[in-house]
Amino acid sequence: MAQASAIQAIDPAAHQAGERRNLRDARADRAFHWLVASAGMFVLLALGGAALSMLWGGREAFSEFGLGFLFSTEWDAVNRNFGALVPIYGTLVTALIAMLIAVPVSFGIALFLTEVAPAWLRGPVGAAIELLAGIPSIIYGMWGLFVFVPIMGEYVTPWLNDHLGEWPLVGALFTGPPLGIGMLTAGIVLAIMVIPFVSSVMREVFLTVPTRLKESAYALGSTTWEVVWNIVLPYTRSAVIGGIFLGLGRALGETMAVTFVLGNAHRLSASLLEPGNSIAATIANEFTEADSDLYRSSLIALGFLLFVVTFFVLAAAKLMLRRLSRQEGKR
Amino acid sequence: MIDAPARISVAPAATTDARPQAQRPKMAARGLDFHYDGFRALKDVSLDVAEKRVTALIGPSGCGKSTLLRVFNRIYSIYPGQHASGAVLLDGENILDPKYPLNRLRSKVGMVFQKPVPFPMSIYDNIAYGIRHHEKLSKAEMDVRVELALVQGALWGEVKDKLRQSALGLSGGQQQRLCIARAIALRPEVILLDEPTSALDPIATGKIEQLISELKAHFTIAIVTHNMQQAARCSDFTAFMYLGELVEFGETERLFTKPEKKQTEDYITGRFG
Amino acid sequence: MSRASERLYRRRSLVNGFNMVASGLCAAFGLFWLVWILWTTLRTGLSAISLDLFTKMTPPPGSEGGLANALFGSLLMSTAAILIGTPIGVAAGTWLAEYARKRPLGEAVRFVNDILLSAPSIVLGLFVYTLVVAQVGHFSGWAGALALALIVLPVVVRTTDEMLQLVPGTMREAALSLGIPQWKVTLQVLYRSALPGIVTGILLALARISGETAPLLFTALNNQYWTHDMNAPMASVPVVIFQYAMSPYESWHALAWAGAFVVTIFVLLLSLLSRAILLRNKVTHD
Repeated sequence: MAQASAIQAIDPAAHQAGERRNLRDARADRAFHWLVASAGMFVLLALGGAALSMLWGGREAFSEFGLGFLFSTEWDAVNRNFGALVPIYGTLVTALIAMLIAVPVSFGIALFLTEVAPAWLRGPVGAAIELLAGIPSIIYGMWGLFVFVPIMGEYVTPWLNDHLGEWPLVGALFTGPPLGIGMLTAGIVLAIMVIPFVSSVMREVFLTVPTRLKESAYALGSTTWEVVWNIVLPYTRSAVIGGIFLGLGRALGETMAVTFVLGNAHRLSASLLEPGNSIAATIANEFTEADSDLYRSSLIALGFLLFVVTFFVLAAAKLMLRRLSRQEGKR
Repeated sequence: MIDAPARISVAPAATTDARPQAQRPKMAARGLDFHYDGFRALKDVSLDVAEKRVTALIGPSGCGKSTLLRVFNRIYSIYPGQHASGAVLLDGENILDPKYPLNRLRSKVGMVFQKPVPFPMSIYDNIAYGIRHHEKLSKAEMDVRVELALVQGALWGEVKDKLRQSALGLSGGQQQRLCIARAIALRPEVILLDEPTSALDPIATGKIEQLISELKAHFTIAIVTHNMQQAARCSDFTAFMYLGELVEFGETERLFTKPEKKQTEDYITGRFG
Repeated sequence: MSRASERLYRRRSLVNGFNMVASGLCAAFGLFWLVWILWTTLRTGLSAISLDLFTKMTPPPGSEGGLANALFGSLLMSTAAILIGTPIGVAAGTWLAEYARKRPLGEAVRFVNDILLSAPSIVLGLFVYTLVVAQVGHFSGWAGALALALIVLPVVVRTTDEMLQLVPGTMREAALSLGIPQWKVTLQVLYRSALPGIVTGILLALARISGETAPLLFTALNNQYWTHDMNAPMASVPVVIFQYAMSPYESWHALAWAGAFVVTIFVLLLSLLSRAILLRNKVTHD
């Protein structure tokens, strides 16, 4: 202890000014920390609030129809009987069609932009594809309604009826009136919307593959395609799937592009050429016209279902994308 | 933050030389330990930094020399999980005492880092920014202070006509001298230099070394370097560290010509590290 | 070379060539839709543009008019949304980058923010409906602005977080070792360094909300007349486009196309501008 007291005590007078300033700085630092931390918590609150408020808003529908809400094809505003099966089916089918088209095309684009195209072409083409991602979805919807639907109705639908409609099993999918609107049209428009998102994620993850890995494969005499298929894809597999799920999340929740071309028909139909409905389109079309509390509550309940499904799809996407960045961090 | 006081001693650090200096050291570490993430990076280090002299810290990478420097102005404390115990004395006062005002410590002990990091503002503001926080000065007084700092940083001649331009446009060597001038502008008593020339070319390095030898007339300087010639050229005292321990400490000339410890000799003759 | 291996080699390069061509076709396929959609929008929209668009109100069916009230409503609500969303977003991004790096709570917030970033916008509209419209009892411009702010928020959080993480750690140490407290360092040094990136984020957020329709449908609703009362229902360009395009009237269709033209041009300009800012400032961080 005697030794300790030999350390000069901190001189009180000289410290006073510094101390006061120190206290003020520390207080301001704490206030700032508190401020930004509460903003961070607000983000959590926003997502939690969205989920809870829709659960609350949909409580009437859930308690009235119970689990049957999910399996009923009924949608009768006059008799106040609502079921979610038709919109759920439409949402899933249109998203599935979109992904069937978007995934291979996006892979091709990403491949083209990372391995195939000459260097001078990569920048402009990549930028143009990303422009496609920036166009508001309502433009896709309008374009779909005024330009694409007539083409589908006049040429594509009759052709499908004539050629695929006769086939066993799949024939029923491709038989329908030449309206132009319907699941297939909506799926294609969705695919066009989703392609830029998926392809830009794929491009980014392809670029993370270490050059020396690719070079050593090329050195063994592999062709570009073999390098991509045997080196690049396995290396980035989880992130590629993450990118696909990200696109799926978009396709499931997209509203405007689908609402224009789906037809707003509450009818379960095997054909992809018949009008149908999706969760988002149903809400967009009918919410302001809902004339009873139960009607509105059913629509909010639909929103809750959409939210839950997209939450899990997007969460899976994030987890898979994160796996690659962690792998990156380790190197 | 502080261990039981009984462990602290103000008795001069054990050096293999006769006492390096007669007067009380400007800064001194006493029984200093440093931990991060459960790793003990400094082990019971005691070291004196003599006033208005240059003290060099050398040793292989990971020996703790930079860590020691970072304890001297408590910059480590911005990272969670880093923890120092023991004592670091500045004019006899323990700066590791949480009661020691941090802004006072930082205005007395300036630091310059490995890579030059000019702030994204004009050359003038880079210097004035720190001063403004500590003192209220008129425009004219501030101009004088900025000029003085730039003169002392041996940069005035090169930048006096473009004080309002962004500091990001300067060359690497100029940026580093700006960072030194920025530290000097607060009129510190001690300047810590953490490998200040490792990112620079030989000519810029020469200018910084020249500057260091000019600065020691006014400031106490501690420099970490991986370059033994640099330590030999610009320092008065040298400490050799290895695996978190202070192996040998003494006058530079003596340490480089007649090292007493085998490890020191191996290191300065290039047999490891 | 043996015949077998030669055959194998030819097969391999055939597969390779086929796939290379296919990938080029995919890129052409993507560009094809882009060109088609842009061409339709610009051509049809341009022919519907006139001065009336900016001076007259949205018309009742069958008569002539413009989009003045809708443009003004969009401007008002987007501005409010940016003003609400940006400070909270920048603050939350700051917390993530400066205070919560590698902390579990920070990771959780980052995760949730990423989900919010791609969550269906119609869901955010429903959220604001139940939270605000259902409680207050009527649709309003404020409710619309709030729904848009929820879209702005995650974009700004993400870019602020990323841009601050790009600022080298030694910049923080250098500023702190001058004795300047952390809040001041953040506001005066780090933000300055990250500014171009954060501005880009805000521009991208603005581009996103200027075409958003779904969250406005049942928050701001629509309004046939000029209003600057944010407590009343308010028109916006996307909602008017939706309503007019779905209608059977030719004159309404023309107005919808004109609106689509204005929105598309605005969004394209914003994305070009943000690209330019990023390119110009790329040199500062080496």
